[in-house]
Amino acid sequence: MSNKKLAIIATKGTLDWGYPPFILASTAAALGYDVEIFFTFYGLQLLKRKMKVAVSPLGNPGMPMPMGMDKWFPVIGTAIPGMQSIMTMMMKNKMKSKGVASLDELRDLCLEAEVKMIACQMTVDLFDMNPADFIDGVTFGGAATFFEFAGEADITLYI
Amino acid sequence: MANFDQELDASGLNCPLPILRAKKSLAGMEAGQVLHIIATDPGSVKDFEAFAKQTGNELMESKEEGGKFVFLIKKN
Repeated sequence: MSNKKLAIIATKGTLDWGYPPFILASTAAALGYDVEIFFTFYGLQLLKRKMKVAVSPLGNPGMPMPMGMDKWFPVIGTAIPGMQSIMTMMMKNKMKSKGVASLDELRDLCLEAEVKMIACQMTVDLFDMNPADFIDGVTFGGAATFFEFAGEADITLYI
Repeated sequence: MANFDQELDASGLNCPLPILRAKKSLAGMEAGQVLHIIATDPGSVKDFEAFAKQTGNELMESKEEGGKFVFLIKKN
């Protein structure tokens, strides 16, 4: 019997939205799935050797903020310069204290489990990204490359 | 206390790390051997059930012990 297949499209390049693709891919691989992730647009940030991803409270009313800041802080406060890096630092510390893996760690676990990672060639060209900035083992391809695998996938997720 | 061949302390780790670490430990074991896992993530109770069901490894025991969750998984 051939393995089940999971295909994921990762479109977001923030600290919080980087988690679902890597958590689901690594777990599926542990359960015996063949997994492929197609990274496009901002999702390509997740393939950079040095992942520079942040989380922003701006335009995100669902994000819990420390000390009830989300209750009394005016919305415009979330746009204060430096707020994004403060929130990113706080989020990273919180994750560490709760035993949540870092994105780098989860990505390494995916690579170790032979999760296949495809970088969208069109986006790489569009944003003049340097292929040398990406981690080893990444394949560059387009929509047809994605469908080659997704066409036979049992589960396909767009994140 | 049941016998086991290998132990994995996943205390303090959160989803999906206990499962991933268990998978890794099991990969280095032989069929019929038993892995003893300790975790503190309450989600791991349901997750190890699901993991066993989907991988065919047998979840021999799942219990709470002094605020920790303890599992015995036999490799298939």
